[in-house]
Amino acid sequence: MKYFGLVWKNVWRKKARTLLTILSVFVAFLLFALLNAIGHAFKAGVDVAQAERLVVIDKISLINPLPISYRNKIASTPGVAAVTHQSWFGGYYQDPRNQFAQFPTEPYGYFEMYPEHVISKEQLDTWAKTRTGAVVGRELAEQFGWKIGDRIPIQATIWTKADGGRTWEFDLVGIFSTDDPRGTTAFMLMNYDYFEEARAFGKGTVGWYVLRINKGADPVAIANAVDNEFANSPNETETSTEAAFATSFAKQFGNIALIVQLILGAVFFTLLLVAGNTMAQSIRERISEIGVLKTLGFTDHTVLGIVLAESVLIMLIGGVLGLSIGWVLVQGLGQQMGAFLPGIFLGPSALLIGLGCMIGAGVLAGAFPAIKGMRLTIVDALARR
Amino acid sequence: MAGIQQVVAVSWLNILNLPQRIATSLVAVIGVAAVVLVFAAILSMAKGFERTMVAAGSDDTAIILRSGSTAELNSGLSNDSALIIENSPGIVKEGNRPITSAELYVVVDVRKKSTDADANVPFRGVQPSAMVVRPNVRLVDGRLFEQGKNEIIVGRAAQLEFDGLEVGSTIRFGQTNWAIVGTFEADGSVSESELWTDVRVLQGAYRRGTSYQSVRVKLDNTGSIVTLKETLDADPRVDVDVMSEKDYYSSQAEPLSRFIRLIGYPLTILMAIGAVFGALNSMYSSVSVRGKEIATLRALGFGPISVLVSTIIESTVLALAGGLLGGAAAYLLFNGFRVSTLNGASFSQVVFDFAVTPELLVQGLAAAAIIGLIGGFFPAIRAARLPVAQALREV
Repeated sequence: MKYFGLVWKNVWRKKARTLLTILSVFVAFLLFALLNAIGHAFKAGVDVAQAERLVVIDKISLINPLPISYRNKIASTPGVAAVTHQSWFGGYYQDPRNQFAQFPTEPYGYFEMYPEHVISKEQLDTWAKTRTGAVVGRELAEQFGWKIGDRIPIQATIWTKADGGRTWEFDLVGIFSTDDPRGTTAFMLMNYDYFEEARAFGKGTVGWYVLRINKGADPVAIANAVDNEFANSPNETETSTEAAFATSFAKQFGNIALIVQLILGAVFFTLLLVAGNTMAQSIRERISEIGVLKTLGFTDHTVLGIVLAESVLIMLIGGVLGLSIGWVLVQGLGQQMGAFLPGIFLGPSALLIGLGCMIGAGVLAGAFPAIKGMRLTIVDALARR
Repeated sequence: MAGIQQVVAVSWLNILNLPQRIATSLVAVIGVAAVVLVFAAILSMAKGFERTMVAAGSDDTAIILRSGSTAELNSGLSNDSALIIENSPGIVKEGNRPITSAELYVVVDVRKKSTDADANVPFRGVQPSAMVVRPNVRLVDGRLFEQGKNEIIVGRAAQLEFDGLEVGSTIRFGQTNWAIVGTFEADGSVSESELWTDVRVLQGAYRRGTSYQSVRVKLDNTGSIVTLKETLDADPRVDVDVMSEKDYYSSQAEPLSRFIRLIGYPLTILMAIGAVFGALNSMYSSVSVRGKEIATLRALGFGPISVLVSTIIESTVLALAGGLLGGAAAYLLFNGFRVSTLNGASFSQVVFDFAVTPELLVQGLAAAAIIGLIGGFFPAIRAARLPVAQALREV
């Protein structure tokens, strides 16, 4: 620490060069922040999945509905603590571009199943009592500026009403939030009973079931028990843990997400390489100064430390700045695109990895010239050999 | 005239002794190469995807869906509606039969080879004239499915991308076994991502009664879509949307390609800024390394303008070299690279190839040139203003 002044002076000896280096490090880490946040969205909720929740879908495809009669059979499977269901509504608000997720479901069943989604008791009671009621996540409410009491028209793309209409009007009676910052709340929930009664076709079915197993119960055994129950029926099921379901769904995006990440990862390292090279060069130019330091009595290790500290410092200044601005941008991006690409999120682990990269890159960039400087004899260094 | 000769002479000198400054020059070159690589790679994804979607649509084919449904998967049409649509005006007739195909579009889980996980593969039930309505679809292997049998023909792209779709194999969806009897191609369009069977068989297997999801009709000319639309809008028995197949597929492509662009362009700009810093750095150090040389030239009578221009040219040449490198890398690595992803608009997989088009490469090189110009400009001013006497005296 006592050499900080010396390191600081060294950093700024060529102001323009240092500034430019810091700016490229800044860009690299800004990119790193954005990448991580978007990559998180492509994981489609894998990390908010809970181990004791299972998802039951039709074996042929998620899009095939399951009979409502399965509800009681699933509930009576040994080891199942609770069961509820959801359906895909597939509507939009005002403009087809404003597409977001809407799920007709059971009010009490839903919030019991997902304790991480928090709603006040009064709002939940009101929703259960209001046939045309709906609740939305905070993210969505903020995006469209909705308030409790609003009447929200949703254009259906699938579910025509029995009267031939395609506009479903819902009364906003509650806004829920999540206590897990990684999760999204950019969706809307409606009363299944109203949906079932008013739709023109598809009656007696639900989209999929979600069940919670007893603490300590074996998820695989229960999944098999559920699937066996419906084996050889017209609607065979496929039951998996929420995590496996989310992982498998995320894989639907396929290599695209991976390719984007690879390309950008390569870029990130290129930018660091460029910055690192410049830093190494600036240290090489000062070899004779290292000789002077050694003449004054600085030990080899102090010289090594001073040089490394300089390059790590440059990385940290640019990197922390980049991550901070990136973090601000991600908040904005989440607001803008929350409905279209839910789950844009920059977590503490990504920030820590970023910090690790800065220190690692700084050490790497400084290491070669620093070690060379350390090994140099005073005479050689002063002679610039 | 003499001025131009000076500029050429100094620039040439600069370029000839570039190898002496190889380390710093390389930094600039690599920085710019990375920008162009990323730009071309990401945008080639959008281009390839759009090409696949647009190739599927034709101007003289109309697609009819239940009104309000934004995709085939969401739509539903009764047999009665389908019959009314088929007998509307403006449709090409073969003998006295209109050329139309009423179809069913469902999604089945098939294992994707690259991820070894189930993916939503589109499974389409078609009528016999489906291939007349889509002239670009042709059978390249095996035979057509027989009417009334559980037989499938698969698109070439789907066959390559997903597991167990070889001709001669059998695949099981739920309770039903299906024989794969043929392969078709469709000029690389989205149809090649699909499995096809007889619509009546699919209606039975998926308990859809006699209902359909879309009707495609061959128009007698592109203008007839207006007549068809007016007729169907006025008919109280049907409630449908009529659009050209081309418009339909571009609306299906829009969300994903907008998303890719939304990521691609800002990212390129961000990286270009990073590359400008890299270029500035290496040009400043080039100017400072050549301080004595520049001063000597000035002492010999070369003007400040020729020093200025030559520095800008040096940086532009470096940037263009980087651009060419990045463009070539993008072309070699990504052009024709086949991927498959979930298209949110149709909730099903689309298989497509990356397309690194000449247009993208030109745009990338233009970006490189701009980076080079900006990266060279400020160092060039410093070079031109270098105090001659002082620079010559420096060790």
